[in-house]
Amino acid sequence: MRVFAVLAMAMALASAPIRGTTAENDQEVEAHKVALDLAAAFSNEGFKIRDGHWAGSLKPQDRALIAVNLYAGNQYWFSVGATEKAKKIGVGVFDESGRKVATEDYDDGEKVAAGFSPATSGQYFVAVDLREGEESTCCLVYSYK
Amino acid sequence: MFFRCGIASLAYLTLPFIAGAAEPSTIPAEQLAKAIRTDEVTIPSSGELFAALEKPGKPNWAGQYRAPMPMTYRNRAQIALNLGGLIADGFIAVQAQDSQQVKNIGADIVKLAKALGVSEHVLGRGNSINEFAEHSEWSSLQEELEATQNEVKTSMQSHRDQDLVILVSLGGWIRGTQVVSGSIAQNFDEHTAAVLRQPALVNFIRTKINDISPELQKDPLVKEVGDQLGNIEKLVAFTPGKPPTADEVRKVNEAVGKMMEEIQNKGDVK
Repeated sequence: MRVFAVLAMAMALASAPIRGTTAENDQEVEAHKVALDLAAAFSNEGFKIRDGHWAGSLKPQDRALIAVNLYAGNQYWFSVGATEKAKKIGVGVFDESGRKVATEDYDDGEKVAAGFSPATSGQYFVAVDLREGEESTCCLVYSYK
Repeated sequence: MFFRCGIASLAYLTLPFIAGAAEPSTIPAEQLAKAIRTDEVTIPSSGELFAALEKPGKPNWAGQYRAPMPMTYRNRAQIALNLGGLIADGFIAVQAQDSQQVKNIGADIVKLAKALGVSEHVLGRGNSINEFAEHSEWSSLQEELEATQNEVKTSMQSHRDQDLVILVSLGGWIRGTQVVSGSIAQNFDEHTAAVLRQPALVNFIRTKINDISPELQKDPLVKEVGDQLGNIEKLVAFTPGKPPTADEVRKVNEAVGKMMEEIQNKGDVK
């Protein structure tokens, strides 16, 4: 059965990142936890949390744009969590030409989510912004089914 | 390369917007071009692809198996590309819920991975995966495999490994696309065929190839495969909202099939 372990290792190699991954700092860990807690709620509806995330620091009135590649036919939830200093954050999804797509939204101040089903496969952009509060670390995770 | 990419990731783009204002209805192209792109979120997971592919019904994954390949490669780039292809075969075997095929592919992967000097210290998580496989808990196995990916990411620090990882990823994508396009071509369904529309993903993979060391970029096989990716990017750039035709799917399958043939059978290139 060792071959299963080696296969898993090799599969992991296949999608390892280009750059070296640095350890998350405390703020990123905290924001990641908030985002995962929110995403976990969607698991009850059959959504699987994609193993991978983006985390970064945002100043007030800043926005981070993260490129994702999605498949038509799937349903997605993009969940964002932030550290305590964030009072209100936002998340939106834009198509490859930059047009905002209609999403089902969840908003609880420092944790928000946007859900939608792409009609077209391809590249989309998730916009994460800090609307109120001090500079904060935000984290994006997404789920699919 | 490590530092260049590292700095880029730290200095990710943030864009000002007006507090309290409604979110914009459009974002300019120049801002989209500077969006954050990382392996962890920009490259879709295998689970996402399979979720989309299997909505109309489970494809005949076993019909996409291929004959065993030679294990006598000496060129490291060619080994890495073929290792990626084998890994894609492994995912397909898992999806086909075929324990014996997983074992067969696993044995070949061991040979190629050892030839690349891959360390076994990343095997720690294998025990739980073994258990899932032995108990045929395929859904859990797929999730466990994806979770294992991130653990390995933290262990991939050396520049030398990073270059090979890129080639392994590329080989996996090519073989995966060959299998998926072949499966769709055999039982054409325009909704399923829509998953092949991923020009931005191919473009991202091309940028990864540009990040590998200049020495490895000069490798004839790497150069040839890299050059052909430009053509593939055009082939998968279907019009948004218009699913590809059966003929377009066939062309994609032929193009990636040709690349896979080169990767598998090209003579010793170095």
